[in-house]
Amino acid sequence: MDKDKRKDLIIALALIALLFVVVVVLEQLLPRTSMLFTVLKKGSIYALVAVSMNLLNGFTGLFSLGQAGFMLLGAYTYAIFTIPMEQRAVVYQYYDGGIIQFSVPVFVGIVLAGIVAAIFAYLIGLPVLKLKSDYLAIATLGFAEIIRALFQWDKLGGLTNGSNLLRRFPVFKSSIFPIAVSAICIAIIVLLINSTYGRAFKAIRDDEVAAEAMGINLAHHKRMAFTISSFFAGISGALLAMFQTTVQASQFKSAMTYEILLIVVIGGIGSITGSCISSFLFIACSEWWLRFLDNAETYIGSFHVPLLRPGFRKVVFSVVIMAIVLLYQRGIMGDKELSISGIRKRLAERKKKKVKP
Amino acid sequence: MNKTVLEMNDITMQFGGVVAVNSLTMHVDQGEIVSLIGPNGAGKTTAFNVITGVYPPTNGNVFFNGNKIVENYPHGKMKKLYAGTDNGKYTEHIEPTPDQITRLGIARTFQNIRLWKSQSVFNNVLIAKHMLRTSNVFTATFHLNAAEEKRQREETAELLNILGLYEVRDNNCTSLPYGLQRRLEIARALATKPSLLLLDEPAAGMNPQETIELTDFVGKIRDDFKLTVCMIEHHMDLVMNISDRIYVLNFGALISQGTPAEVQSDPSVISAYLGEDENA
Repeated sequence: MDKDKRKDLIIALALIALLFVVVVVLEQLLPRTSMLFTVLKKGSIYALVAVSMNLLNGFTGLFSLGQAGFMLLGAYTYAIFTIPMEQRAVVYQYYDGGIIQFSVPVFVGIVLAGIVAAIFAYLIGLPVLKLKSDYLAIATLGFAEIIRALFQWDKLGGLTNGSNLLRRFPVFKSSIFPIAVSAICIAIIVLLINSTYGRAFKAIRDDEVAAEAMGINLAHHKRMAFTISSFFAGISGALLAMFQTTVQASQFKSAMTYEILLIVVIGGIGSITGSCISSFLFIACSEWWLRFLDNAETYIGSFHVPLLRPGFRKVVFSVVIMAIVLLYQRGIMGDKELSISGIRKRLAERKKKKVKP
Repeated sequence: MNKTVLEMNDITMQFGGVVAVNSLTMHVDQGEIVSLIGPNGAGKTTAFNVITGVYPPTNGNVFFNGNKIVENYPHGKMKKLYAGTDNGKYTEHIEPTPDQITRLGIARTFQNIRLWKSQSVFNNVLIAKHMLRTSNVFTATFHLNAAEEKRQREETAELLNILGLYEVRDNNCTSLPYGLQRRLEIARALATKPSLLLLDEPAAGMNPQETIELTDFVGKIRDDFKLTVCMIEHHMDLVMNISDRIYVLNFGALISQGTPAEVQSDPSVISAYLGEDENA
């Protein structure tokens, strides 16, 4: 039994290594502007934030819609603290070079992004986590909107550059970077979920009253889940800032939270692998595969394909999402996980079936 | 004389003007099985909820092993509505949350089964061990608590073995037959290593055969785990067979108490709850 587990772990690690090699090779072969890399970068960032949202919504049963707000905090924190000294005068041109007169290395910036988001989450969690289901969703959504407005406020300009862009902070070029950071973060979340704390979270999701009666401190555990989830949302916000190369508060609309929620629902509430798969599918569909639908001048032979025009992509995309939600009511994966041992079991069963008749 | 484990003094629980429990005073001694009986709506479950910290009482206090764990007195709006008599006797506010009570060593089961439905039988018991952990979230995440985790798993397996649930440990808890789900709830409560076990209608919905099994089972776990048991029950066979003492509630007030024989022959209990024997 244990031997099988170790074998599965080795196979999984080998597959991940293989994936990285493939990405590195592709980066050498394909032009840098290829949509594939956009999808890989953005997909991995969204995978991380979707998994962090799943930790809260799917595993702890807290219906929170504050994810975009925490991403914003992460993105701003990263940008504010990593803009190189010599660039600050240019970026903060209306605010005399800003009030922060130092800059930190990239990795410190990323961790700091998570920590700031986590601190905010802790403070907001104190009053808000007493609420349940829809009320919690409304409160967290409200928080995200307040943060967005606050960061555009003129008076905070020395820190946030008001409603102007933050730019010229260090960014990544290779898609290996966001994939690696996301992979590490998701691995940590998976470890957490499989630990005794993860089991306690699931107990709270399944039956709060019973969880409390069995000695699980509800307030403490909910706050913990909320803070940890926000920490990783903050990190993904930092990655998103690096991906976009600029940060502006107005990007982090509630629509962004809904996109993430959609990814979680499509992937399956309570499935980590589901969230990862669906975020790549979601980004690929919205950014790449359906692009051709936007081209009004599409001909097949001499036949001018009707209906196609800029924006038609979104119509088709909505229909696809509706179809998925209708056909897979519990998401692509439900609450199951895709795992090596699962596949092995499946294969073994199939073999047995083949032998029998 | 055994030492008193649980002591409730003048417990009154009012929801607005509705008096659910009225000046209930009772005690449970070490190693006893004490039953709380009475018609539906008599306030039995409310009394349990007061002990376990689900609601703070309107008035009165609760002692556990000599320590005061719950106390409250009527204040604010309740001052006007309070229907009891011993106003002014209690002066402290002690309102623990249910998890704190459980950590003190009082575990409970529920009237309507409340298992963690997505979890296996094994996990249901294992999760209840969470409160006994010494690891923090960091050490748990990075598997630095492997020894503790292993010990908890072994203890869980042992407990399931004793309670006869080991064979079904990997099944989802909802796939168990009703009687076993009840038993799993008790197993889960025992996993927190309590000294006092509160059973809220453990035989509800059980057939006669299952009820007889449960009677033996409750006695057995009392002896095996050195427990004190307090239970709410409607099956009179079960109650009269295993109880050392019985308290009878009606409309929130205590109407009788004593040994099964005493309670059975008490005319007020017969008229309020047990009913006349047809042959009498």
